Amino acid sequence: MQIVLQQIINALSLGSIYALLALGYSMVYGIIKLINFAHGDIYMLGAFCAYYVISLWHFNFITALLTAMIVSALAGVVIEYFAYRPLRKSPRIAVLITAIGVSFLLENGMSYLVGSNARSFPQVMEQVNYNIGGIVISNIQILILATALILMVLLQVIIKKTKMGRAMRAVSVDPDAAELVGVNVNHTISFTFALGSALAGAGGILIGMYYNQIDPLMGMTPGIKAFVAAVLGGIGSVPGASLGGFLIGILETFFQSIGLSAYKDAVVYFVLIVILLFLPAGIFGKNTKEKV
Amino acid sequence: MSKFTKKVMSAVTLGAAAFMMAGCSVAKNSGSKGTTQAHDVVKIGANLELSGAAAGYGNAERQGVQLAVDEINKAGGVNVNGHKKKIKLILRDNKSAIATSSSVAAQLTTKDKVAAIVGPATTSAGTAEIPNITKAAVPSVSPSATDSKYTLQKDGKVQEYVFRACFQDNFQGTKAAEFVMDKLKAKRVAIYADNSSDYGTGLAKAFQNTYKGKVVANQTYSAGDKDFNAVLTSFKSKNVDAIYVPGYYTEVGLIIKQARQMGIKVPIVGGDGMADPKLPQIAGPKNATNIFYTTPFSTRVAAKDPFASKFMKAFKARYHTDAPAFSALAYDAVYLVKNAIETQKSDDSVKITAGLAKTKNFKGVTGEITIDKKHNPERPIITEEMTNGKISNFYKVD
Repeated sequence: MQIVLQQIINALSLGSIYALLALGYSMVYGIIKLINFAHGDIYMLGAFCAYYVISLWHFNFITALLTAMIVSALAGVVIEYFAYRPLRKSPRIAVLITAIGVSFLLENGMSYLVGSNARSFPQVMEQVNYNIGGIVISNIQILILATALILMVLLQVIIKKTKMGRAMRAVSVDPDAAELVGVNVNHTISFTFALGSALAGAGGILIGMYYNQIDPLMGMTPGIKAFVAAVLGGIGSVPGASLGGFLIGILETFFQSIGLSAYKDAVVYFVLIVILLFLPAGIFGKNTKEKV
Repeated sequence: MSKFTKKVMSAVTLGAAAFMMAGCSVAKNSGSKGTTQAHDVVKIGANLELSGAAAGYGNAERQGVQLAVDEINKAGGVNVNGHKKKIKLILRDNKSAIATSSSVAAQLTTKDKVAAIVGPATTSAGTAEIPNITKAAVPSVSPSATDSKYTLQKDGKVQEYVFRACFQDNFQGTKAAEFVMDKLKAKRVAIYADNSSDYGTGLAKAFQNTYKGKVVANQTYSAGDKDFNAVLTSFKSKNVDAIYVPGYYTEVGLIIKQARQMGIKVPIVGGDGMADPKLPQIAGPKNATNIFYTTPFSTRVAAKDPFASKFMKAFKARYHTDAPAFSALAYDAVYLVKNAIETQKSDDSVKITAGLAKTKNFKGVTGEITIDKKHNPERPIITEEMTNGKISNFYKVD
């Protein structure tokens, strides 16, 4: 029983990172129908930004988190402006390939600038382990879960309660109609990128603190897994992305705990295939028929 | 395109073409096999992983290679039959990719006409290089391709032009298993291997074949993984006496950190992929206790050896960090080539190959090396123990 509970805690801390990343994928897809493959690399940028402000200027956790989120948001907006906006009217495949290009640019650009070695992340706070009835949970795990949950709730509030959120929803339903009623589509899309990228940046610093290690290629695998999480939850749906993230975390942990660690990645991609075959809209996705 | 850019472009193209032709005319092939060198310079190529997934190792090796080449040149160069020649290092990046490694080998041998190649760091990139270097009859010394079959052809015959400075996986895995049985007296071990490299799986296999106790769990991870909590939790519940983690320091560092934070205090044993000063940084110095790994190069042993400690000092002065094993092996690889040139009194690539195969009691910074019939170095193995992030003890096995 103890082991099961311990594994659930492991799963939740892993899942919350996937969830944070999946939210960005899902939001961007919901609005411009683009799978932003550079998203995982924004998460890497966030981690590196936090690394530098902590080790050079000795920022504390909160300020480092905010800086990482702001820098990632800016990076997201800049990427959208230069790489995706000029292609808005081109076929979707062109934008998708551009996204992959941006991803390579960020990965190899950072490898070139800072070196491709893995580096240890500065300790912003001392790790303290709490032992509750044989189950070990660390303050950083609690922090990750709490930060992830707070950010998810905040995101939901922004989307549901603010004017910008309403504009985002309007653009995602029909950009042309939204423009007709006075929504600035370009601003809305920029804002979506900023929001999604800020979440990825937050994921970056949390991962840095939790695993104490960052490198320029750290965004590759989590990026793809978060994409699977977004598809699983229903791409375009915000609660779906959160749920998908946690589910992927649980799935991976479960397969590792029963001794099938060699298949943990395979299982995630298998889930992707099954979902695409039998439930292409995902768990929370709207199953809308395309009108011809 | 403006007129100006056109002019610049044509100038650049012309220049490049002229440069390539110049390259051809310098090193004329004498018609027989292999490459020959110009009068005053010996070209040595480096086919290394300078970017991509294995860039950490490739760059560490680049540092070792550059240090060795600069040192040799500072001392006048290589003595080729009484005539001192400077080394010209041609550094090329194989991007940790198999296809690129093969084309880099082709460039180095046919275009640059190097006398010998140092690299690549990984077995997969090294294996990709073999057809091209064999065709060109240019030897290659890999500092760290440890796969047991790397120097052998499919039928078990030796690859004529393939050498290495490190020891092979079988040897290392076997020695680790003996160490765990004899010194640590562990009865129940868990194996947690990196299955994304032949290195990790090779070591794990050799370990398992030798180890006489009970292997209670056999799990794997892939390079780039960061979360090992789930597997470690399952190890903890199985009451293991030791954990064997063949893999590289990037992941093993995290495994150590997560295991110790979970309260797993048993020895964690690994291979030379862990031998990097960054390991305790990633794991956290306090966590890096009761850690053992087999390695060809120990800073503790090196400190007692005047030759090796000179290397350590030079490395630290130039790169401001302790020399990792990868750099030391790459440094030795360059000197192995130099040694072969000097004993053969020739810098023809075919002669160097013969010289490398005959290497005997070569004194390197990583210990004495004798190249055996299968082009593997016979060398001592050291097991280092780490306490609080510092090497606290070492066990030498000949």
